[in-house]
Amino acid sequence: MFATIRSRLILIALLVVASVYFLFPRNVTLRERGANGVMRDTLVTRVPLKRGLDLQGGMHLALELDQSKQVSADPKKDLDLALTVMRKRIDEFGVEEPLVQKVGDSRIVVELAGISDPARAKAIVQRSAFLEFKITNKTGALEKALPAMDRTLRSLGIKGKAEPEKPSAVQQLLGGDTARSTAKDSARPAPAPKAKAAKGAKDTAAKDTAAQDTTPLPGGVLSGLIQPSGPGGVPGEYGVPETAFPRVDSLLNLPAVARHLPRGMVLRWSSAPASVGVQPVRFLYALDDKSIVTGANLVDAAAQLDPLTNGPIVTFELDRAGGRRFGDETGKHVGDFMAILLDGRVQGRPPVIQSRIGRNGQITLGGKSLQEAQDLALTLKAGALPIPLKIVEERQVGASLGSDSIRKGITAGLVGTALVILIMLVFYRLSGALAVVALGLYILFTLGALSMVDATLTLPGLAGIVLSIGIAVDANVLIFERIREELMHGKTVRLAIDEGFKHAMNAIIDSNVSAVLTALFLFQFGTGPVKGFAVTLIMGIIASMITAIFVTRTFFMIWLDRRPAMSTLSI
Amino acid sequence: MLRLFGNAHYDFIGARRYAYALTAAILLPGILFLLLKGLNYSIEFTGGTLLQVQSKKTVNVAELRSGLDREGIPGAEIQNFGSENEYVIRARIAKPGTDANDTQATAGAVRIALDRVLGRGNYTVVRTEAVGPKVGGELRQKAFLAIFLSFFAVLAYLAYRFEWRFGLAAVIATAHDILATIAFIGIMRLEVSLTVVAAVLSMVGYSLNDTIIIFDRVRENLHKHKHERFAQILNRSINETLPRSVLTHGTTMASLIALTLFGGEVIRPFALVMLFGVFTGTFSSIYIASPVLMAIEQRWPGPAARGHLAPKKAPPASPSRKPQTVS
Repeated sequence: MFATIRSRLILIALLVVASVYFLFPRNVTLRERGANGVMRDTLVTRVPLKRGLDLQGGMHLALELDQSKQVSADPKKDLDLALTVMRKRIDEFGVEEPLVQKVGDSRIVVELAGISDPARAKAIVQRSAFLEFKITNKTGALEKALPAMDRTLRSLGIKGKAEPEKPSAVQQLLGGDTARSTAKDSARPAPAPKAKAAKGAKDTAAKDTAAQDTTPLPGGVLSGLIQPSGPGGVPGEYGVPETAFPRVDSLLNLPAVARHLPRGMVLRWSSAPASVGVQPVRFLYALDDKSIVTGANLVDAAAQLDPLTNGPIVTFELDRAGGRRFGDETGKHVGDFMAILLDGRVQGRPPVIQSRIGRNGQITLGGKSLQEAQDLALTLKAGALPIPLKIVEERQVGASLGSDSIRKGITAGLVGTALVILIMLVFYRLSGALAVVALGLYILFTLGALSMVDATLTLPGLAGIVLSIGIAVDANVLIFERIREELMHGKTVRLAIDEGFKHAMNAIIDSNVSAVLTALFLFQFGTGPVKGFAVTLIMGIIASMITAIFVTRTFFMIWLDRRPAMSTLSI
Repeated sequence: MLRLFGNAHYDFIGARRYAYALTAAILLPGILFLLLKGLNYSIEFTGGTLLQVQSKKTVNVAELRSGLDREGIPGAEIQNFGSENEYVIRARIAKPGTDANDTQATAGAVRIALDRVLGRGNYTVVRTEAVGPKVGGELRQKAFLAIFLSFFAVLAYLAYRFEWRFGLAAVIATAHDILATIAFIGIMRLEVSLTVVAAVLSMVGYSLNDTIIIFDRVRENLHKHKHERFAQILNRSINETLPRSVLTHGTTMASLIALTLFGGEVIRPFALVMLFGVFTGTFSSIYIASPVLMAIEQRWPGPAARGHLAPKKAPPASPSRKPQTVS
């Protein structure tokens, strides 16, 4: 079919044009978050070769359902639901070409390229964003239950020292910030006890370190630490010294203790410590178990600045059914206090219900930035995760490291190519020059093919390209050596070239097929960077076969055509 | 023309016993070393936390270590990475009391320790990897499976293209290469990362390539030289393909040396493993694959080789002549 030089040259030209076309810089529409926090589309011109996270900087996260606190009834369904929620969130987050996909049956992979604030991205990914509204308990049920709880604790042998060293799961959920503040607090000697609560804390702290078998506190462990907010405060609100918070939380979570809580009542912590007097205090709320409405009924949310306080707020709108229920319930509870919970934490101090509330409401975020409010609105709007997610794998590469890698890869590639060209010219002279031209085409074809299949170029992939430059000439070497052999057997130039190509073909095909086979397995098993390597390897092998067998052959045909009487070959 | 090892007539097959001794001398201590000291797996496989830190001032390693100890991360590895103020911190064990599969607590603790020792803003974390042991274990399994399966795929392909005798010999030679490379990785204390596994697999491809080139020539020569003994055929084939081998290894090594010198810290282990692979691949194609093929043919003669195995009919293999380096 491609017997004539002309048709061969046309095909080569087509391949070159196609490669250049796929590599030509083009306009890409990006959805970004502008300076004012609003999403907008921007046009960027660039070479359409996708760079992997390790080359352009970015974050790769693998997430799994975290069933340590809440067991999923149908993990498969919950994961699919989480995937949908995650897609919405990441779309709104506004990074270029994000990737959110399910891997296997139990994992979601999120890849965000070129992000500048990884901590924020992680917070958005991990936040469950489960919104609830609950009425605070005004019957003082917790005070009544405390003595019984303490008696149980005493009978369990838990006095001053329960399991205080083990950080509670709640503390883990809070992540680095809390860990840091508690670490700081414990490092600093406790301030002189003023409130009764603080005294309790100091006593237990002393017991933690020194005595193991001293007599328990007169009022019991919990009664000493959990103090009602006082007569003027919110009913159902209790203060706990921040230093004792993890410990009280783990004690309250003991099944034997939790049993004493009246039915229909739950305990929830405030999201952040408040400073009351000298010592930071964490509020504990006794709430009605039944939520009057949840985030499932939410249709819209937006971040704003409160015109009165200038603090950030998140306004939300409920759907019709949610609005009706919200109105009915708040109408019934006028004069009561309503806690707004996000992921099981009470946000701010519960406000009093002045009157019936309809479909629209707002959440006040004390002491947070507008960006945090925007992130909260974003996650609320995208919906709540059915089950919290935990990060089981994180890879993050800074943009500077990525560009450094590209620079080094290109240097290595240039040096490697120069050496290969040198070797080919020294050994094969004019024929070597033909092989070098073919090598140039090989590099062009490989990059073009990578761009065509939308492959991602990674650091190992870059190494693969450099390596394949060395290997790519192998097919040419095989052919040239074969031609030399045929010439030595006394064949004419024309015949030697024909025979050389013909006999080398078997070896070239067999060796390349087995190389592709191993690369396919590499692709199958590898994660991002290694997949990139496998793809460049496969593309490289295919391109090298085309250039060595087809392109170089054409060059020889032209050569012979120009000098039909050639009796010696520069090889 | 410039041709290395053109018209060479080395008696490769005759020297196979020395080659076996050399193989044993390399492999046995290597395997012993692996059994005693094991491999140095990267945290991608073991699970753990890695932070690459660029610091503005010189880091006092002892201070950093004690800072990490205080945050509940004892035994962290701190390693200089490239330049003087660039470090890699590896914590393989999760912060006690935390769920090791939830990678965040440990990474957070390392950052706190860095804040304390270096001071906030005095350093930048340029790379983070935090892998739960579950993810790492799965990856390890997948890596072994990939190597194992690629073995069989190649065996099947070679059995289809040649015959099973050739396929088996090639796979045995490849097994040798993998063992030797793993021993090399162990002795050099290179970290077994995903990239290194990728290097091992590409080394397999490369070494097979080399073996196939020789076997292809063997197949051809079996038809061409009907009266030669099998050992002679093998020697002839290896010698005939020698110039090609030398040149291809030369260009491949040129690329790899460029990668080793200029490719940067992350790519260096890959390049080193491949460089070693070029050597062992060449060695095994000549001294493992070919003699093993002969041994297999002697035991289970195939149709193509039958005529070449008749004992003592043909004259003994020609003694090795001096090589002609340049012609």
